[in-house]
Amino acid sequence: MATAAHYTLEENTEGRTVLKLGGPFLLSTISTIESDLRKLKADYAAVDLSDVTEIDTVGAWYACQLAQENSVDVINASDRAERLMKAVGQSDSDATIEADRLPLFERVAETMGSKVFNAGYGVTNIVGFMGQVLVGFGALIRHPRRFRYRALVSQLESVGVNSLPIIGLMSFLIGIVIAQQGAVQLQAFGAEALTVNLVGRITMRELGVLMTAIMVAGRSGSAFAAQIGTMKLTEEIDAMRTIGISPVEALVIPRILACVFMMVLLGFYASIMSIIGGAVISDLMLGIPFWTFLARIQEVVPTYDLWVGLIKAPVFGLIIALSGCYQGMQVHGNSEEVGQRTTKAVVQAIFTVIVLDAFFAVFFTKVGWG
Amino acid sequence: MNRLVDEIFGGEKPEKHERFRGEYPVRVRGLVNSFDEQVIHDDLDLDVKRGEILGVVGGSGTGKSVLMRSIIGLQVPDAGDIEVFGQSMTDAEPDEALGVRNRWGVLFQGGALFSTLTVGENVEVPLKQFYPELDEDVMRQIARYKVVMSGLPPEATNKYPSELSGGMRKRAGLARALALDPELLFLDEPTAGLDPIGASAFDQLTRELKQTLGLTVFLITHDLDTLHEICDRVAVLADKKVIAVDTVPNLMKLDHPWIQEYFNGPRGRAALTAQALDELRKHMDKPIAAQAVKALDKSNEDKA
Repeated sequence: MATAAHYTLEENTEGRTVLKLGGPFLLSTISTIESDLRKLKADYAAVDLSDVTEIDTVGAWYACQLAQENSVDVINASDRAERLMKAVGQSDSDATIEADRLPLFERVAETMGSKVFNAGYGVTNIVGFMGQVLVGFGALIRHPRRFRYRALVSQLESVGVNSLPIIGLMSFLIGIVIAQQGAVQLQAFGAEALTVNLVGRITMRELGVLMTAIMVAGRSGSAFAAQIGTMKLTEEIDAMRTIGISPVEALVIPRILACVFMMVLLGFYASIMSIIGGAVISDLMLGIPFWTFLARIQEVVPTYDLWVGLIKAPVFGLIIALSGCYQGMQVHGNSEEVGQRTTKAVVQAIFTVIVLDAFFAVFFTKVGWG
Repeated sequence: MNRLVDEIFGGEKPEKHERFRGEYPVRVRGLVNSFDEQVIHDDLDLDVKRGEILGVVGGSGTGKSVLMRSIIGLQVPDAGDIEVFGQSMTDAEPDEALGVRNRWGVLFQGGALFSTLTVGENVEVPLKQFYPELDEDVMRQIARYKVVMSGLPPEATNKYPSELSGGMRKRAGLARALALDPELLFLDEPTAGLDPIGASAFDQLTRELKQTLGLTVFLITHDLDTLHEICDRVAVLADKKVIAVDTVPNLMKLDHPWIQEYFNGPRGRAALTAQALDELRKHMDKPIAAQAVKALDKSNEDKA
């Protein structure tokens, strides 16, 4: 038995040319002769399947196609081939496989347009979402028993407690870098004692909170978006609504509270860890004893530096939680969307945090907390 | 290309286009499956005959899906041997297992379509995976007729799964399962969640496909109508084993408590009556059949 599909052009008894297909004529074998058959420009009066040993729907479909293109008949088909050709013939369609797509020129305009509109809708949606959150808070104040303490505690743990090691290590290293790099520059002026001011003020005012916000956005903001987004895909959010649980109350508010509260504590903790890092490197490199460094911090860092950091922290926490939950709630359609929305949540949160930080810097200087 | 194949296979091309001619495409022997402490299957045997539709029934948690997953290699069994097309899957080399894999199609319970691809693109995935040398245009046309063959309207070809109804998604899953012209088809609860009309249409489709394509079908179901209508034999899973494999009428004669409750419970009897009525209506020309149908219809009306 031949092991590959093959074809010959033969003359039958009536002197007409017949395309004779042979061997197994299957999905797995068809590719070897498919391109040759397509190039074949011969005029034949029929497609003969008498030598075909095996046939599947692809073979049957292809034989039909050959016959149709030349408007001739298929002859000598086995029972199985007949049956398959009938089934395939009924299933013919000219539908497109790809999703509908506009031509390039229109698509550019269309994408631009939809981006502009989406930006508009985005603003309304965000305002709407914040409104929902406010309403949710209002409802919880009126019915405090509906508040989900367990959810809050579990979020406090995952946002706050579980991130202590990584935020601690990161801040400690940042303290080391600032102290070491700062000392190198300050030494040029013989002012290495000012390293204490540098480390103390910059971490308390800016870096402690900012770096924490970035870390929390990456750790928790993304988790919020992915969790809520997946719940939307699996219709858990819809299920909640039908049971009468408000997803804002059950999912969003505990996350916002946890994020706001934990950002304050984590921001402070990060500043402290940075100062310890700076103190350690000063002890080793600059000869400023560890405890002297800490004592000097008390003298050179004004109390309002602490307030600057602590006031910014909850605002950043709110932004991270809002953008994570908002993007999660916007997920619909497919799993790809969860990924896109999660990315958006993190990028949006970090960007907004940095823009706001700039405003805060100007504001606090103007009010005399420079 | 051919030289490469010769080098790898020692001059012999794999005979991947031989249809299986043995009697049992699937043989399971002494299968043991357990999760932690919980034993799901204990020394389970099962044979699937070529060209039959084998229904697999059992209460919830008796391991119907686990049995299917074991056969298709998604679940590594603790012990036992599974042969598919005469090829042992439990100790198969990856290449050998792959050679079997393109000869079966699987329809998962929820359809398990790739959500970022259209229905047509979903059907193309296995084609591209196994036959990348195939002309793109040919592939596209194959996908097209498979979609229609599975009972979907042609317009559904370029829709995303999220735009389809549950029943259409099942058909799209079936189209993908049929993409490689398999000899063996695994269906996991194909009619669950479909309306009676849709379910019965799906049953007919399964039967038609089995007849035209010469498929062997392994069908997990809870649907009593499906069992009566299209299954040649039914395997009953209980007590961690296949306790019986037989035609429905023969199974109903057994006095295992679960089988009795299953087939002779109110739903079982209703399905049976419905089938009997259908059968009788085909012979309305004979007076006795006409009489029986009238009597049954009347009793139904009285009930209503």
